[in-house]
Amino acid sequence: MRYNLSHLDMLEAESIYILRETAAVFERPVLLFSGGKDSAVLLRLAEKAFRPARLPFPLMHVDTGHNFPEVLEYRDRTVERLGERLIVRSVQDSIDQGRVVEQTGPRASRNRLQTTTLLDAIAEFRFDAALGGARRDEEKARAKERVFSFRDEFGQWDPKMQRPELWGLLNGRIHQGEHVRVFPLSNWTELDVWQYIDREGIDLPSIYFAHSRSVISRDGMLLAVSPYIRLTEPEVPVEVEVRFRTVGDMTCTGSVRSSARSIGEVMREIAATRISERGETRADDRFSEAAMEDRKREGYF
Amino acid sequence: MLAAMDPQTPQPVESDLLRLSTAGSVDDGKSTLIGRLLYETKSIFEDQLEAVERASREKNTEYVNLALLTDGLRAEREQGITIDVAYRYFSTPRRKFILADTPGHVQYTRNMVTGTSTADLTIVLVDARKGLTEQSRRHTFIASLLRVPHLVICINKMDLVDYAERVYEDLRAEFLPFLSRLDLRDVTFIPVSALHGDNVVQRSTNMPWFDGPPLLHHLENVFIASDRNLIDVRFPVQWIVRPMTNAHHDYRGYAGQVASGVLKAGDEVMVLPSGLTSHIASVDTYDGAVPEAIPPMSVTLRLTDDLDVSRGDIVCRPNNQPVVSQDVDATICWMSTKPLRTGGMYSVKHTTRSARAVVKELRYRVNINTLHRDESATTLELNDIGRVSLRTTTPLCFDPYRRNRTTGGLILIDEATNETVAAGIILG
Ligand SMILES: Nc1nc2c(ncn2[C@@H]2O[C@H](COP(=O)(O)OP(=O)(O)O)[C@@H](O)[C@H]2O)c(=O)[nH]1
Repeated sequence: MRYNLSHLDMLEAESIYILRETAAVFERPVLLFSGGKDSAVLLRLAEKAFRPARLPFPLMHVDTGHNFPEVLEYRDRTVERLGERLIVRSVQDSIDQGRVVEQTGPRASRNRLQTTTLLDAIAEFRFDAALGGARRDEEKARAKERVFSFRDEFGQWDPKMQRPELWGLLNGRIHQGEHVRVFPLSNWTELDVWQYIDREGIDLPSIYFAHSRSVISRDGMLLAVSPYIRLTEPEVPVEVEVRFRTVGDMTCTGSVRSSARSIGEVMREIAATRISERGETRADDRFSEAAMEDRKREGYF
Repeated sequence: MLAAMDPQTPQPVESDLLRLSTAGSVDDGKSTLIGRLLYETKSIFEDQLEAVERASREKNTEYVNLALLTDGLRAEREQGITIDVAYRYFSTPRRKFILADTPGHVQYTRNMVTGTSTADLTIVLVDARKGLTEQSRRHTFIASLLRVPHLVICINKMDLVDYAERVYEDLRAEFLPFLSRLDLRDVTFIPVSALHGDNVVQRSTNMPWFDGPPLLHHLENVFIASDRNLIDVRFPVQWIVRPMTNAHHDYRGYAGQVASGVLKAGDEVMVLPSGLTSHIASVDTYDGAVPEAIPPMSVTLRLTDDLDVSRGDIVCRPNNQPVVSQDVDATICWMSTKPLRTGGMYSVKHTTRSARAVVKELRYRVNINTLHRDESATTLELNDIGRVSLRTTTPLCFDPYRRNRTTGGLILIDEATNETVAAGIILG
């Protein structure tokens, strides 16, 4: 047997360790499953950590009501195949209950509203740990976040009060009402994720691969035309071959021109690209230099 | 990341991984050096670079401040300093790198301890004009305390001393007596200019007298495979896999990550602290049974006998066991603003085991600059390092840290605030 492990083997081993620590240390963990590629990898790692037993936690999707139908279809087929429990909590309900107010205008997005729905669901189920697929390479504020990221009773993140993490020793002690966000993919990069999807043959929503779609160009991004987006005067929909690099709301997730129909072709395109994943495709990060940090402090994913 | 993506040098899908950390005093050029490594390995995307260029313009600096690439949080941007550990990723066709960027201020020694705890290699940055400072001593001492296998001392800002060999050699000579008092296995000196790029990625034409490789070349080639401990079998049990379904009615597996050693089906093993023995029936993974498991693989062991095994137990070999004891002597780095309470009770996390411990005695505090032991010390404050004796409520199964970085490390947690207050390095 070879005594050399590849970088993917090492990342996989670390993530499985984190998933098992989470299950062992917390009473009521939940895995946040968005249907995106990172949560698809997270889910596969959870299977690796706990099979042949069932997962020791449910999955939860925070549904903005503005999702890509392909992603919802993927979510349901994946949950069905695995036979695991899925909880869905929706931003529409939060709006109907008056917990949040829908934004208006052509750039209205439900992105920020998700935070309330998420925190309400965490309180409702008394979850003490929420596993997410965020990576440190995505964004500057994330680069400093811990694997076990402590949230106070209001769900807030305080970048200055983070617990030091030494060796693999994770401190999951909390008081009632507090919780921890857990990020098993902290040390993965976008390319690692794709290489792993390729190696493991992980199923993904079809929108990650090139397809023909009606889009408009706005703020330098190609946004999908959908019932959730209001076109303003000069905007004219055009049919373009595109794929998505990330999966978020239809209102704020941009696509890229692409002809990549297989994982190998997607990896080649990513290899050649010169623009970061979030920079290219996420309107939500563009508000300011500190957009992500501000949202994270409030309790965002 | 993107260097790997040059069509001429495709990244091998399976490359290996090096974890490194950086340390340096404020203004020694650490952020600039890291920015340069990221920039030259093309790990920075255009939009990120543009954001930095924009920020540099707004601040009216005359050159693109590569340091801005690594300063993530708003507070840092406002104060213009780095305040926490941040992780960076870059790769070359040979290796993938995970870099823990730790700040150099006195008050943030705890962050360096954190960033260094898992590092294969540490870069200590020294300003060529300043020489060996208190901070350089502290950083080098911490790297030796945490037993980082490889240390690189970068003498930076060589451009400001006319790239003079004399300055470099004098600095080296000043460092060597200090280094000889520390327990370091592999130390490399490299003269660089982070700002201009000399000896970072390209060999410097300004310093023809230096015949060693540039920094990145060293990072790509330093041999780390032999740093692993493949001798002492240590498998901390993390989780019990019990499906209790019809298909897997009797399945009972012990899941965990191999800390050290090699585990194979058929091996006789002992479970501690109970001392019961059995044999490995199989080493399971999601992808099927594997012939053997090595560190740091996460696997599930099945044993031939039905033993009572729980989380926190350690699987080892009968002829090679860790120490099992409630008395633990450790060097600790204090990480909280609330000082150590001698005689106080803390929660302990060691491998996958949690226990409680009384700090029975503070033997001494180490003066990091002189390495002098102050036996009159009565407490440890934030960033102090000292030696303590702990008495735990249940036995821990441990090895000396110098032999095993996993079974030799622990943390102390304040039971009231749940803060992680100390990192412990077990002696023995
Ligand atoms: N001349 C020169 N200046 C440098 C060099 N490296 C860094 N600097 C400058 O030193 C200052 C501090 O650098 P910075 O990277 O922010 O230091 P940090 O506090 O260690 O992260 C900045 O003004 C840098 O431009 C170098 O090699 N040569």
